[in-house]
Amino acid sequence: MGTGQSRRVLLIEDEPNIAEAIVFILSRDGWEVTHIADGAAAPEAARRLDPALVILDHMLPGMSGLEILIALRADPLTAAVPVLMLTAKGLPRDREAAERAGASRFMTKPFSNAGILAEVRALTGGGTDAAAGQR
Amino acid sequence: MKPLRRAPLFLAPSPYRRRRLRDAARILPVAGVLLMILPMLWTPAGDGNRRLSGDVIWFFLTWAGLILTAAVFAPGLARPEDKWPGEGPAGGKGDEDED
Amino acid sequence: MSFNLLVASCLAYVIFLFAVAFLVERRSGAGRPGWLRSPLIYTLSLSIYCTAWTFYGAVGYAARSGLEFLTIYLGPTLVFIGWWWILRKLVHIGRQQRVTSIADLISSRFGKSNSLGVIVTLMAIVAVTPYIALQLQSVVLAFDVFARAAPAAEARPAGGQIAIWVAAGLALFTILFGTRNLDAKEQHTGIVTAIAVEAVVKLVALIAVGVFVIWGLSGGVSGIIARIDASSLHDWQLQPGRWTALIFLAGVAVICLPRMFQVIVVENSDDGQLARASWAFPAYLMAMSLFIVPIAVLGIERLPEGANPDMFVLTLPLAEGQGGLAMLAFLGGFSSATSMVIVEAIALATMVSNHIVIPTWLRLRRSGAISEDVRSLVLNARRLSIGIVLALGYGYYRVSGGSGALAAIGLISFVGVAQFLPAMMGGIFWRGATRTGALLGLITGFAAWAYCLFLPSFGAGAFIPAHVMEQGPWGISWLRPEALFGTDMSDPLVHALFWSLLLNSAVFCIGSILSFPGPVERLQSAAFVNVFEGPVGPQRWAQGAAEPEALLVMTQRIMGEEDAQILFETAARAQGKSESMLPDPTPAFLASLEEKLAGSIGAATAHAMISKLVGRDTVTVEDLMVVARESAQLMEHSAQLEEQREELARTATALREANDKLTTLSVQKDAFLSQVSHELRTPMTSIRAFSEILAEGDLPPATVARSGGIIRDEAVRLTRLLDDLLDLSVLESGKVQLSVSLVSVRDMIERAILATEKIKPGRDIAFIRDTTAETIWMRTDADRLTQVFINLIANARKYCDSSHPAIRIAVRVRGGRVRIDVADNGKGIPKASQPVVFEKFWRLPGEARASGAGLGLAICREIVTNLGGTIDYLPGQGGAAFRVALPLRIGEGGGA
Repeated sequence: MGTGQSRRVLLIEDEPNIAEAIVFILSRDGWEVTHIADGAAAPEAARRLDPALVILDHMLPGMSGLEILIALRADPLTAAVPVLMLTAKGLPRDREAAERAGASRFMTKPFSNAGILAEVRALTGGGTDAAAGQR
Repeated sequence: MKPLRRAPLFLAPSPYRRRRLRDAARILPVAGVLLMILPMLWTPAGDGNRRLSGDVIWFFLTWAGLILTAAVFAPGLARPEDKWPGEGPAGGKGDEDED
Repeated sequence: MSFNLLVASCLAYVIFLFAVAFLVERRSGAGRPGWLRSPLIYTLSLSIYCTAWTFYGAVGYAARSGLEFLTIYLGPTLVFIGWWWILRKLVHIGRQQRVTSIADLISSRFGKSNSLGVIVTLMAIVAVTPYIALQLQSVVLAFDVFARAAPAAEARPAGGQIAIWVAAGLALFTILFGTRNLDAKEQHTGIVTAIAVEAVVKLVALIAVGVFVIWGLSGGVSGIIARIDASSLHDWQLQPGRWTALIFLAGVAVICLPRMFQVIVVENSDDGQLARASWAFPAYLMAMSLFIVPIAVLGIERLPEGANPDMFVLTLPLAEGQGGLAMLAFLGGFSSATSMVIVEAIALATMVSNHIVIPTWLRLRRSGAISEDVRSLVLNARRLSIGIVLALGYGYYRVSGGSGALAAIGLISFVGVAQFLPAMMGGIFWRGATRTGALLGLITGFAAWAYCLFLPSFGAGAFIPAHVMEQGPWGISWLRPEALFGTDMSDPLVHALFWSLLLNSAVFCIGSILSFPGPVERLQSAAFVNVFEGPVGPQRWAQGAAEPEALLVMTQRIMGEEDAQILFETAARAQGKSESMLPDPTPAFLASLEEKLAGSIGAATAHAMISKLVGRDTVTVEDLMVVARESAQLMEHSAQLEEQREELARTATALREANDKLTTLSVQKDAFLSQVSHELRTPMTSIRAFSEILAEGDLPPATVARSGGIIRDEAVRLTRLLDDLLDLSVLESGKVQLSVSLVSVRDMIERAILATEKIKPGRDIAFIRDTTAETIWMRTDADRLTQVFINLIANARKYCDSSHPAIRIAVRVRGGRVRIDVADNGKGIPKASQPVVFEKFWRLPGEARASGAGLGLAICREIVTNLGGTIDYLPGQGGAAFRVALPLRIGEGGGA
């Protein structure tokens, strides 16, 4: 089952250290991670890459995470792609707004490495098995 | 607004003359009274020094003098008040406060 | 000379006057008054001062008392040439208050008091009736002269019969022309013109006789002078007391006589008339008296002993066979008598109907609305009054039996009307004159006049018993009528004049001072005394309960249908309504209506009538006080309500503001907490992720080193953030401890440059400084201020994007304050962001977070504020530029 499926993940995150950590974790798990820091470039990158998953930071320079999410959902090419939102603001208000805008999952920083990996696998479907098999 | 506004302290020549004309008009009857009761101080006519016709002439001459003076004053006094600069339109305000 | 011819010419003369009056009324009715309002007509109408008493009596007076007759003309002359003093004011008041008679003037001045109006009216009737009788007597005497000269065969009517015919004829004439229109301010143009014609006739007649006497009988001017000096008149001696008193009395009479008041004040329409009359009327008087002495001298010389000197004007031409001249003289005398009686009757009738008949009628009809035809009532009242006045004159003539010399009767009247003087002069010159004072003064003066002069004039024993005249009442000698308080002046007239006016004035003044005027009275006193300062405008009416229909009905009945319609249409238009609608009974409309009606029926009556319709039977002073009190209470109450309402509004505003403030604070707190949370979680995320990676073990050494490096960096960042937050909270609370010392600005700047050297170490940044200018010593907290410089310079190092970055530091001292500018040559801060650069967590857009939490400038601002200075962003400096301004010594030179 996972053979025909894309292993590409698009990471949109402006904090270089956090991005580095996520890239490291996912790459190790066999994901092909593309990282961009500028929110404004995110929708175009998503169309181009056709990723299996988008990991989206909530607060970004250029364009906020919520705006990017709305743009993704409005585009037929990217409307169905699962989106994992990350936020450093712990307020429930932000989580609700993100879920209304169409976020598939919502994670609060800081997160555990295992936790984010599990979320990525869950959101991409059978990815768990594939990853487990690789291991 | 008029009562609040102060009248100018010094007047232009023409209003000034008219004010003095009013003064003269006020003095005229006083002068008339003096002239008319002056004969009280004379010795009675018929004492030999004076004649009755003299009295008659005196009264009629002063009388005519008063009438002529009043006739000279009248046109100036009758002119409307509102031509006066610095005074209210309601007649004769300016001269009342002189009293 | 046929007696019948005389009667016929009299009738012809009357018909001629009738025609003149009729034509003039028609002409003025057609709206072309033109010359009718001219000063000439006005002056001629004043000639009614010269009555038959003057025409016949002056000669008799001269024959008896020498030049004393002159006083009767000199008094009015002095009043008229002195018109600027009194007449001008009287005329202005009369026009402004639409005064209809002397009684109306006095009653209107003293609070529209009707009791005063009644008293003045009654006094005027009593004082003037003898004067009217005098006119009748003169006409009878004149007829008698001709009758005696006529052939005995002709039938001669008795004196009484002539008198009654004359009285009836005059009553008819007066009623016909004096009661045609009602508004007394529409003025009696027909009558006035007829009187002007009569003035010319009597002047011409007297001058004709005089010319005949001088040039016909005496042989010219020199001849008459010789005859004067030779005549018995030469024995005349001027009595100073009587001379002065008579001049004064005549001057007073010319104002106070009802008929003179009528022609001077009521019939006046502008100042020009008065100005002309001020000299023309004295000139007329002089012309009238010019030939009196020659006629008297020739009469004494030529006529037989015992001839009545009062009739010399007639008898002298008759004796000389000049029938035509005698006829002219007779017409002159007849003119004098008739014109006086007509005007006097109109004046008195106006007073009687306005102050007695109509108020009485109103009182009788107290309950009902005014539904009867008031117009015809007023007219009938006036006609009746004319009849009454003439009947009284005739009655007096019959009772007195034609006794006494003409001049004596005239002077008695003069003293009677002179009693109006104190109330009138006090009323127009003294604000403090009150109704009580006027009332008491008038009654006192009138009583004194009646007791000292009027009643004794009927002869001892007629009204006052002879023993009272001799010894005083009950033998009290100092109450003798002709020697009050023991003052025997040897002249009853002077005595009566002196005491009546003295007592009158004294009581008037004392009464005025002791009493207190009501509101209406005070308004009126201001309007009268300050007449030249424009209308005082008493707002006499509140928007009333009066129905406009009722007002219209009443006005129609008083003014006539057409005039009333026009008046109401004008008022409706002025109120912005269409003419077919009735005006609202606004206070202004009611006031103007009252003024209009006052012209017809007198001020007091108009006031009472409108009162009735507005819903009060009579408006008394007490009513007005109640109204004033009520409205004051109402205003107070509404002021309280208003205050409460404002208080509520203020409270609501304060609550709303407090709520807004709380909401804002809460929003700010949420935003701040959210920001802090974000700033803390971000480094924590990196630390946790890499520490978990490290914890897995089995990693390449390079990865381990890198992970460890990142963890350390993020921990430092976290610490710095916490430091900043704590710093900020201390600074914001204002509880910061400052360690003040003397430092040089240069030292602080150099320390700051050193401290920031590690930022972007690869870049070569130029510092543009003036170290001499920087060498300024100031007392401040050196560490804190250095922190500010560090933050500013660090920002410049980090964000200046120029290819040749440079930081310019300029220091200047201005008025006890140090100004330090720190500027770079980068692209600066976008205009939209400039107002918020000092806010917490503000960052340059697009700048990565790792560079800082965005608290640097916020901390700078708090430090500078704590040091008593200000920090501002300087726009337009080419790059980002900040200005720090601080006092040289902390705590001086003013705070932020």
